[in-house]
Order: sequence, then C-alpha cells, then structure tokens
Amino acid sequence: MSATQAAADNVLIARIAQGDRLAMQVLYGRHHVRVFRFGLRLVRDEQVAEDLISEVFLDVWRQAGKFEGRSAVSTWLLAITRFKALSALRRRKDVELDDEAANAIEDTSDDPEVTAQKKDASGVLRKCLSALSSEHREIVDLVYYHEKSVEEVAEIVGIPENTVKTRLFYARKKLAELLKAAGVERGWP
Amino acid sequence: MMAMSKKMLEQDPSEIEMLLPFHAAGTLNARDARRVDEALARDPELAKQYAAIQQEYAETIHLNESLGAPSARAMQKLFAEIDAEPARRPSASFNLSARIAGFFAKLSPRTMAWSAGLGALALLLQAGVIGAVLVNQTATYQAASLSMNEPTTRALGPEAPPRALVRFAPEARIADITALLDNYQATIVDSGKSGMFRLQFGNRPMTKDEIAGLINKLQNEKIVSLAVATP
Repeated sequence: MSATQAAADNVLIARIAQGDRLAMQVLYGRHHVRVFRFGLRLVRDEQVAEDLISEVFLDVWRQAGKFEGRSAVSTWLLAITRFKALSALRRRKDVELDDEAANAIEDTSDDPEVTAQKKDASGVLRKCLSALSSEHREIVDLVYYHEKSVEEVAEIVGIPENTVKTRLFYARKKLAELLKAAGVERGWP
Repeated sequence: MMAMSKKMLEQDPSEIEMLLPFHAAGTLNARDARRVDEALARDPELAKQYAAIQQEYAETIHLNESLGAPSARAMQKLFAEIDAEPARRPSASFNLSARIAGFFAKLSPRTMAWSAGLGALALLLQAGVIGAVLVNQTATYQAASLSMNEPTTRALGPEAPPRALVRFAPEARIADITALLDNYQATIVDSGKSGMFRLQFGNRPMTKDEIAGLINKLQNEKIVSLAVATP
C-alpha cells in the first residue's frame, strides 16, 4: 500500500469519526474484498465470512474516533477481522476441521486423481496451502497476499515479531511436508 | 556457504532464511532487503529456497483471488445497521494526523516530486541565508561582550522552544509521522508549499548543544530525509 493511499485511508477514518456515511462507503469499497477473503480463509464458510464483514465495518463505524493512526488502516481492519473470525470459530466449535483437511492430503497420495494432479504442481500447491492449519494459513496469507510486514503481522496476530518469523518458517516447512506427501518434491527442506 | 545452509535447515533457521518470504513480498526495510540480496547472491541453496518461496507467494495470491467477493447482502446489512445507530454530532476539531494525511492526499505524485525538488532548492537558499546571518551575528556579539567563551547563539532568542524545517521520506507513512511527532513532543507550526514542515519541539527553550543533538537525532530517523534547525 502506498503512503498516499494509507494517508487517504486515515482521512476517511477521520471523516467516519465525524459520522460521514459517504466516507464509510468509500472505505468499505476499498477494503471489503480483502477483509472478506481473509475472514473466509479463517472461517471457511461464505455466509459466516459475509456476516464478519458487516461486523468488522460496523466496529470501524463505532470505533473510528478512537483510531490513533499508529498503524495502517488496513492492518487495523485485518486485526478486527481476525478477532471476529476467531470468535465465530469458537461459536461453531469446528476448528478440528483443520486436522481433518491435513490428513486428507496425506491419505490420498496413491489416488489416481492425485497422480494426475502431480502434473499440475501449482494446483497441488494451492490444495496444500488450503490444508495448512488455521494458525499457519493466516500467517501465510498475511505475508504473501495481504503483504504485511513483520511488525504489522505481529500487531494483527498479537505475537512477538520473532514469533512471526519462526511461525512462517514452520508453516512453510509443514507446506513442504504436505507437498512431499502429495508427491511434489521441491528439494526443500 | 552451501554447507552452512544445509546445516541451518537441519537446525534452527537463520535470520536471513526467515526473512526470505518478506523479501519476496517486498515488505522488508532497505537494510534487511540488502542483506537478503547479498546472501542470495552468495548462497545457491538459499537462492533455491527463495525460488520455492516465490512460487508459494504466487500461488497464495492465486488462491486468495479465486475466493471471489462477497455479495451485496453484506453491504446492505452493514448500512442498515449503521442507519439504526444513534446519530453522531460532528465535532469541530479535526485531528492532527487527518490534517497531515489530507495535505499529502491532495497532492498528485507529480506535484509531490516537484514540491520535493523546489523544497530542496529553497532549503539550500535558506541554509545559505541563515549561515550568513549567523556569521554576522557571531562577530557582532563577540565584539560587544568581549568574551570568547560564551556560546555564540545565546542571544538568538533562547526564550522560544526550538524549531526545525523537516522533510519526510517519500515512503513515510502517516502513522510513522504521527508517532514521530509524539516521540519528539513536536507540533507542526507550518506546512509550506515546498513539502517541508516547520516543527516546534516541546514548550521550553533548549541550549545550542541540545538543539544540535535534537537535529542530529532527527536526521537519523528512517522517515526523515532532511532536518535543519530554524529560528
């Protein structure tokens, strides 16, 4: 995100704090897709992810006056989204799905369908990315897709900066294991 | 180096290795990015791992982009809830960060570039004028007091808090600027057309050494490209 865009976001937040509905529409238009996708990757349910968006932006509407501008608006939005997503997951009590998804990858290594997929390493890689645990998935998404820095990820997830780096390293190591189980050898680790 | 990389993979990852994904995403600061580039040029094993990371990076984007977008229902629900909220009375004050943000947001990239250029030129001229004034005042002051040990800037308005002309780096984010203002207890007293800000520090006068230390500290800030003491 450029400095100009970040500055424009801060202006929108200041206007929202004044009760400017139009500014809210602009901020929503600018960020709702990324918020939705981040939420969807965490909760894995489109309806729940759509409900999350409303909750996140309603919080922004209510809390805009308290936003101090110490982090980028997009970082603040993702932090709220994460908090709401984890609350929704606790309500659904189905986090164990992550392990099932991971096992599914490992168990299908001799499946003819998987054999065919081996020819499409990109497709297998995407499938393995989806099979990562929720903790690993969110850090991969924040760094690669949302292009957040070490400091910003630490703020969103609420962990020390060194933990951000090591968690991503082990997420990548797990990804390599899943790929190997699916028949894709990349020579690392 | 290759042997070292393999050893690192078996044990704890190295700092450089852990920075590779952030390098691929372009979120490292200039210093760390340079360190990673140098390590990649030296270590073919690390470069191989970096290639795998770039593939992961591309596929993560592909995967997220394939998730589509939410329906209009989410927006309708949100604004229905906003409409149901109690009306908010706008306050007269507009916070500082929003004012700075507004200033930058109004400038186009071309205007910013021209402003920076004009700012540099104006600053050079101003530095020359200030330098000339200081030299003249120093001579006059020393002759009048007959003391060679007194600080030459003692009579240059010590009653007022120090001020400086500051230009922020182009990559400085609004959050960084507001944090810097907080750290230095600084306020913006003027935002000139040349892209420079005149800042005032604290609310008490400082000695010459204190001001020099302050300017030096400012110059070392990552987001400050130029800082010059000014009356």
